[in-house]
Amino acid sequence: MKYAFSFLAVIALVLIAWLGSQIPGMPYLFGVALPYLALMIFLGGFVYRVVHWAKSPVPFSIQTTCGQGKSLDFIKQDRLEAPNTTAEVVARMFLEIVCFRSLFRNTKSEIHDGPHITYESSKWLWVFALIFHYSFLVIVLRHLRLFLDPVPACVGWVEFIDGLFQIGAPTWYMTDIGLLAGCALLFGRRLITRHVRFISLVNDYFPLVLIFAIAITGILMRYFLRTDIDIVNIKQLTVGLVTFSPVIGAKIGAIFYIHVFLVCVLLAYFPFSKLMHMGGVFMSPTRNMKNNTRAVRHVNPWNPRILPHSYAGYEDEFREYMVENGIPVEKELPPKKDEE
Amino acid sequence: MAVPKLEQLSKSVVQGPSLATGAIPTMDWMDIPVVFKPGNYAYVAKKEKVEYLDSQKGLSFPNARDWNPEEEDWKLPEDWKDIIIKGLAERLDKFRSLKIFMDCCVRCGACADKCHFFLGTGDPKNMPVLRAELLRSVYRNDFTLAGKILGKMAGAREMTTKVLKEWFMYSYQCTECRRCSVFCPYGIDTAEVTMMIRELLHLVGIGINWILEPVSNSNRTGNHMGLQPHTFKDNVEFLVDDVENLTGIRPNITFNRKGAEILFITPSADVFAEPGLYTAMGYMILFDAIGLDYTWSTYASEGGNFGLFTNNETMKKLNAKMYAEAERLGVKYILGGECGHMWRVLHQYMDTMNGPADFLEVPVSPLTGTVFENAASTKMVHISEFTADLIKHNKLKLDKSRNSHVKATWHDSCNPARAMGLMDEPRYILDHVVDWVEMPENTIREQTFCCGSGTGLNTDEIMELRMRAGLPRANAVKYVAEKHLVNMLACVCAIDRATLTSLMNYWNPTVEVCGLTELVANAIVREGENRPELPEGLRTML
Repeated sequence: MKYAFSFLAVIALVLIAWLGSQIPGMPYLFGVALPYLALMIFLGGFVYRVVHWAKSPVPFSIQTTCGQGKSLDFIKQDRLEAPNTTAEVVARMFLEIVCFRSLFRNTKSEIHDGPHITYESSKWLWVFALIFHYSFLVIVLRHLRLFLDPVPACVGWVEFIDGLFQIGAPTWYMTDIGLLAGCALLFGRRLITRHVRFISLVNDYFPLVLIFAIAITGILMRYFLRTDIDIVNIKQLTVGLVTFSPVIGAKIGAIFYIHVFLVCVLLAYFPFSKLMHMGGVFMSPTRNMKNNTRAVRHVNPWNPRILPHSYAGYEDEFREYMVENGIPVEKELPPKKDEE
Repeated sequence: MAVPKLEQLSKSVVQGPSLATGAIPTMDWMDIPVVFKPGNYAYVAKKEKVEYLDSQKGLSFPNARDWNPEEEDWKLPEDWKDIIIKGLAERLDKFRSLKIFMDCCVRCGACADKCHFFLGTGDPKNMPVLRAELLRSVYRNDFTLAGKILGKMAGAREMTTKVLKEWFMYSYQCTECRRCSVFCPYGIDTAEVTMMIRELLHLVGIGINWILEPVSNSNRTGNHMGLQPHTFKDNVEFLVDDVENLTGIRPNITFNRKGAEILFITPSADVFAEPGLYTAMGYMILFDAIGLDYTWSTYASEGGNFGLFTNNETMKKLNAKMYAEAERLGVKYILGGECGHMWRVLHQYMDTMNGPADFLEVPVSPLTGTVFENAASTKMVHISEFTADLIKHNKLKLDKSRNSHVKATWHDSCNPARAMGLMDEPRYILDHVVDWVEMPENTIREQTFCCGSGTGLNTDEIMELRMRAGLPRANAVKYVAEKHLVNMLACVCAIDRATLTSLMNYWNPTVEVCGLTELVANAIVREGENRPELPEGLRTML
């Protein structure tokens, strides 16, 4: 039911934007006020969350080493998996953030009669995640065309490569398909893989459905509902938003407002949700710390003053036995008093 | 608790209706209550042990009491909920890891089938992600806007005794082995989560005896077995006698000797019980063979640190003895024996907690002159680093054929592998002393499986759980035992030596367990030795 709820929520959002944007005067709300508000919530929320994390110190060096650490000269260090220098940490983080290194390691375990447990490489999640994230990234980059005037050359290159197959008119972008497929695959995986289905929350389905709806509305606008859309008007509005002089010229179709509204919801939802993994992945101590803790002391700012049970106390308790058994002591036994 | 017969358990782990075997629970996990019954929980800490620890300076173990997990009423303090929520708030302020790990999980499920407890029990709450959700759901409820507004819809739930009981159950079905953190795309480390839950539980007087009694012992007598100085010395000297009988050379041993070059600290279990005893004999033979100027200590006679399994303050207090003793004796540096979690503390925590150890020197091998730059600040060297360096420089005369009765395989202990990256030093040593093979690739190195009984869970009343949790490790051993006739599982961990022995007896009775230094000592050839044929190495009964 959690996934059904996500659909209902997104349908409701679509209806709000669709109907809302038809009310006279409201386009300004959906086209200007909400985007500004959403962006403020996004930026403010994102920064707040990252600062909130950063306020807590990292008391201990808890790197997870996924390969041989640096030790003796003749033992080959795995510099990417057990980094010892800042450069090596940067390289490890690069692989993690850009290539999803840890997901690439994924295996699938099965228990067979015997018992006999098998582990098979399982790259599906890695593939789905790559498709989803990179499609999203490229689409965001392509959208810069709408906000920048003149359009930077690199945006053109991205569009050129993205549309390389030149299928359809206007040319279909690979990433449009990629984002839809990515959402569908990640969503389907949540339903089909039993572990994942069991742990999934509304918070897991909702963003996927929302992003799927954003992609659908975008695709409808670009490929199918072009007559409703005056791209010149839109660009005038979007460039206006960036230059803080937004103007809504002639009427823009509802599909545009739906698209923009869903994006606003996503932006506003972002800082309060698991989507903050985008920031958190940079700050995870098991990945971004050096494995040099015996060579360089890591400092804990709140290190409490705690002393061990003292040697003196220990010897006081056991001195007699120690002396009797020839274990060296700091203080000799007091001279024995004569019993009689 | 009676442990089920091998046939029964073998069937149960495959066919039992569990999430691991294919059955899908019909209820939401939040609606499934935990039930405590004999055999599924470790005995709770005795009141007097908790009181003793609470009386120690710098430690806090409040709310000591007699209580029973099987009873409805856990006799919690009046304001227990406040204590927990305040404790959580305090820890969020102190540990960035906790905040990040609470906020960033996307529930992708990559960790789900990586946990040995999940694979062995099939219990969904043993999936690392769900273990963390036990805490995360409360965090959402009390510390996030979405949780406060949307409640259960956002995966939030109120802290109740039901939740607390879940915490107790599942934070003691995690061995903090960190295998899941290898696979997590954000490096979320369940060990951190488990540590935090255990810290919070201690605030309301909930802990297990198998951890708190060893902690008390370590604090008072210096070692977790509670051996007093003379008994510790006696135990070690028994081993000296054994070594003399076997090799004809009586190793030179000293205790608490000031002015020694090196202080040697190893888990006390090594001088107390088989098969660790043979590893301890191995240390003596090795050090004597190279004429090392070293001393044992009765005060710092425990390498292991059960404090790691309670809270960071206790870890610090126990660990502090090592530097205190090194300073008192005036040694140059410390050499550490084979132990897993001990080395996590030494590698990642010791210098931060109790350093800087300015009174020590950067470790240099007195035999080879090698400077251990990787331990330049902490000034503590791992025995495998030390031994590998000796072998590299031909300082040991080794006869591999003396281990011809052994076909070994190598168990990477969780903490040396995933917290230090100590993987190839032991392999280098193995190559020189014994014939050995690797287990399958997804079960070794950083992907190694826990023995199933780490973090103070090596207690007998939960033997079935331990056998289940150890199944993935045992299963990989079984594979090489059948394929390559492996008869020895070697490791660098004292808890492993104890727990893998039970595990092998159960799942693979033809396989024995040993420490790495035992194999080294088996192979050492010494001048002046009077060593008869030892068909089982140091284990030979003469």
